[in-house]
Amino acid sequence: MKIDKRQRDGATILDLQGRITIGEGDVALREAVLAAVGEGATNILLNMGRVRSIDSSGVGELVAAYTTVTNRGGKLRLFSMPSRVLGVLQITQLVTVLDILEDEDEAVASVA
Amino acid sequence: MPEPVQQTIRLSIGSRYENIELVKAVLDETLESLPIDEETGYWMGIALREALTNAIKHGNALDPEKKVEVCLAVGESGLDITVEDQGSGFDPGAVADPLAPDNLLKTEGRGIFYMRRFMDKIDYDFGAEGGTKVRLHKKFDASGGSAEANQGGANED
Repeated sequence: MKIDKRQRDGATILDLQGRITIGEGDVALREAVLAAVGEGATNILLNMGRVRSIDSSGVGELVAAYTTVTNRGGKLRLFSMPSRVLGVLQITQLVTVLDILEDEDEAVASVA
Repeated sequence: MPEPVQQTIRLSIGSRYENIELVKAVLDETLESLPIDEETGYWMGIALREALTNAIKHGNALDPEKKVEVCLAVGESGLDITVEDQGSGFDPGAVADPLAPDNLLKTEGRGIFYMRRFMDKIDYDFGAEGGTKVRLHKKFDASGGSAEANQGGANED
């Protein structure tokens, strides 16, 4: 899992690449989100476009990230979801909880 | 596609997460010769990851001295995957429903749900001296693909 961080219009964007699976991407995602929060980021956007796969541990980390950010009064958005990754979230009904946007422009506008 | 060659592949791995990739690679290679379409195979891979994760994390508690035994058995009509740990077992009936409103934001507890969703059948055996064996079954589709799973999207690897 490779994660690049950038800023756009006051939002922190994390570009994720690879698998969010146990022992690999799940830890990287947790550390990246916690680091961004620690640096004062309140609006965090996860670019999921290059995520190849996710398992239940990765899903758990997305939920943890959502809780971490929202409990601090911030906003967490996901965008550019690959259909299979979206499918994993759909069948556990997390699409009703997580804020999932179509693309980066929409995600940035949602936290502006 | 020709009739699948009936075969049994056995693997024994240490309780480390990186070994999940080794088993997943063997599954991918096995699937290439089976009447299971790529889409279904993708979801089977997720189910296998969950079974291995449970065995390594919850069963063997990441004890590197404890092994996880994996068996891929190609039969006439489907593929059986068994994953056996050396833990103390658990009560499948006591696993919480991840779709319950109070559980939606929990960070764990979805693995068995995904296995049930992505495979045709799963069942458990518990050894008299401990250990959990989970068996995942996926039947072949008579048309040459597989019977279900239709989520669409990008390749995992």
